[in-house]
Order: sequence, then C-alpha cells, then structure tokens
Amino acid sequence: MFLTATLPLLLMQQAPAGDIDWDKEFGVEEVERDPVTGEIPVEPYTKSNANAGATPFNSDAMAAHFGGRDGIERIADRFTDLNFADPRIGGIFAGHDEVRFRRTIFEQFCYILNAGCDYTGRDMQSSHAGLGSRKADLNAIVENLQQAMREENVPFAAQNRFLSKLAPMSGDVIER
Amino acid sequence: MKTALYPLAASLTVCSLGFMPVALAAKEKASDQQSIEQTGAPSVPFDEYNAKLLLTNAISAIDGASGGGISNWATIAGRQETRGIGVQAHVTAVLLPDYFYQSHGLAVGIADRVEFSYARQNFDTQDVGAALGIGQGYKLNQDIVGAKVRLVGDVVYGDALVPQVSVGAQYKRSLDGAVASAVGAAHDQGVDFTLSATKLFLSHSILVNTTARLTKANQNGLLGFGSVADDSYELQFEGALAYQFSRRFVVGSEFRSKPDNLGLGEDDWFDLFAAYAPTDNFTLTAAYADLGSIATFTGQRGAFLQAQVAF
Repeated sequence: MFLTATLPLLLMQQAPAGDIDWDKEFGVEEVERDPVTGEIPVEPYTKSNANAGATPFNSDAMAAHFGGRDGIERIADRFTDLNFADPRIGGIFAGHDEVRFRRTIFEQFCYILNAGCDYTGRDMQSSHAGLGSRKADLNAIVENLQQAMREENVPFAAQNRFLSKLAPMSGDVIER
Repeated sequence: MKTALYPLAASLTVCSLGFMPVALAAKEKASDQQSIEQTGAPSVPFDEYNAKLLLTNAISAIDGASGGGISNWATIAGRQETRGIGVQAHVTAVLLPDYFYQSHGLAVGIADRVEFSYARQNFDTQDVGAALGIGQGYKLNQDIVGAKVRLVGDVVYGDALVPQVSVGAQYKRSLDGAVASAVGAAHDQGVDFTLSATKLFLSHSILVNTTARLTKANQNGLLGFGSVADDSYELQFEGALAYQFSRRFVVGSEFRSKPDNLGLGEDDWFDLFAAYAPTDNFTLTAAYADLGSIATFTGQRGAFLQAQVAF
C-alpha cells in the first residue's frame, strides 16, 4: 500500500539539470599538474638520499651490470609500465601519479646502484602509507622488477644483489 | 481518473525500475572504461592475487613437510600467501643399491603461517628382506602426520639477518611394529620435534637452512623408535645450502644427522640436489643421495627423484 502511494512520487521526480558542476557542489578542487615536470604537486617534505631506504653499492660494478644510467632508466621505465598495467596490483597504482613514480623510482634505483643520482622522493614509510599493501602485492612487484631486469639482460646474481637492498624495506611497505 | 492513472503509473514504474539496473550497469561500465583510460590498467576482473614467489614453498621432504629432500625447513607448504590456503602434493622415489624407497604425500599451508602434512613411506627391502629373514621384497611402511608453525621472519623479505623461523612436530607410526621390535626398537611410533631457521641471502643468491630435531627414530622411523637400551630423545641437526641460479632453478646440498639407537651403524645422510620449476605449479627435483648404512647394508648411495605440484 505504501509502495503504491509513493509510486507517483517516484514518477514525478525530475532528473537534475545536466549543467551542474558536481565538483564545485562537493568542493572538489581540480589538481593542476606542474607545467614543467607534468607531476601533481605533493605536500612539502625534507629531501634526502636517506629517504631511499638503502645505502648505495660501493663500486661501479653493479651499475655496469645494469647497463649504466641508460640501462637503469630503461629498467625503471619498464618496471613502471609493468606495474601500472598489472591487474594484480592495478588497484594500488591506480591512484598514483605515474609521472612522479617513474622519476622517483629511477632516482632511487640509480642512487642505490651507485650510478650518480640523488634520490629526491619521500621515504619508504610515508610513500607507501595507506596503500594497504600485502606481501603478495610485493611479490607481484618483485616479479615485475625481475622481468624488467631480465629484459635488460642483468645477470641473475646481480638482480638478487639489487633485491637484497630492497628486501629489507618490506617492513615499511607491507601494511596487512 | 485516479484509478486509471495508478495502473499506468505502476506499470511505468515497474518498467523503469526494471531498466534501472541495466542503466546503472552501463554507467558503471562506462566509468570503468574511463578509469582504464586514466590508469592504463587492462580490464581484467580483479581476482585478489595471493601467490608466493617461485620456489619459496620449497619441495617436500621425505617426512612430508615443506623443505629440502631430506631436511625439514622453516618454509610453509603451498603457493599461497597470507590470505589463502595453499596445497602441495609430491611423489618421491629413491633408487638405492639394495633398496627401493618410495613416498607420497600432501601438505597444506594456511595463510603462510601453519602447515599440516601427511606422508606415506614405502621401503622395499628387495633381496635384503630374504637375507634378514623377513621375506623377499618385504616392504616397511610408515605414516607421518606433521604440523608446523611459522613463528617469525620471512625467507626472502625483511632484515637479512632475521631468518624465517618455524617449529614443528611430526607423529610417525611404523606399520611394521613386529620388524621394529625384532631389531630391538622400543616403540613402533614416536613424535619428532623440529625447530628450523631458513633464509635466502639475496646478496649472494644463497639459501641457508638449519634445523634442530629431537627424535628417537631409527632410520627415520621405518625401523621403529628408540631401543630397549637407549630410549631417550636425541638432538640431531639438519642443514641445507643452496645456490639460486634463476627464479626457477636451484642447486644445493643437504645434511641430516641421525642417532644410532639400535647399534646397527646407522649413518648420517647427505645429498646434492637440483630443483627446477618448469611451470609455476610444478617442481622437479633430482638428487644424488648418500644414505650410508641401512640395516647393516652399507654404501646405500643412489638417485633421489621427486615430482611436486603446488597451488
């Protein structure tokens, strides 16, 4: 009976006008990418190589295994592409600034591999905070990095040596 | 007029309600595609990913637990991480000069935390059976049920100096109690306790495992447990050292010390193994195993072969 009485009301509902700016209605501010870097600005933080979460290798040998700075850049690019296209972890990367990720991950790799870069990104804990990453997500990321390194013909022992710098960061990355 | 409107209104509403889910679905699809354009992620339905890294579930030890071929490791069976239940099943054969050993079993790993395992061991004495007077081709059989819990650490991640540590217990029941007591064993069943630490040292691609085992077992339990003269638990050591050549290929060596309760000159075990994963779910292991003296027949060295499926 109640349903029958409310049906006309349902029918009489008007669709909202099409020209409403919903972002304005809900107070959503548009984020402007930096015209020079193409990155979305982030909250200010202290930049330091210590944020990379690992000490760099001492010699040039590792950088050589990775094809120098150019090789590291190709690996970081490929790693970024694989991660953002990976359905296993797509949910984690979906809300990320791909431009900024591509740059900071290259800097981090280049710094740790002692190829003459400084890392300007945030530290591992705050850059992974709230992502809700699990160990299996980390496994997927490791597999993507292994694929990127394999495609650049990095010897497996050198791949593992690099991973030995990254593996101890798991405590800052895994949240559940 | 009103009575005429109501049925019309009702039917229209029903119609519109009927279409609404379709409309919503279409809208959802559209927004999905939009987000795909933004993120570049393919439109594969999201099925929570929960798999371990290759080979980190190890192979199946002859006692049925996840480990090397002859040693127990701190690893948890099955290929599932913290949000799933993994399973691995294996068939093992060891071809020795005077014996043929075969075992098979199943191990379940829950949330990469707890492991339950079962193994059945069949040990064909071939001609030795006749020589010992128990019958030509007499088979010694044993059932093993095990449980293992990961206490701390991770075999791959975390501090390089903090290994994955697990404790375990294995209940072993020999199905040939008469033979066991004939050779002087005190019991036909027993429980082993293990404490294992395993770590893959990525900087050198080397995996190290150490296990302490409290046991009374004679030849792993196939010849019973303890002896009339010595029925106390003994602390034994198991070790493994392996080099990772690729994600799918590992070569290594194992050691397992054993008590000699029966005074038959029971030896420690060694092996050299190669494990290969042709697919993510399949692991093949071949080893050269030196099992020393078994029931006074010395020089038992031969091939260890195992096929394992894991999910």
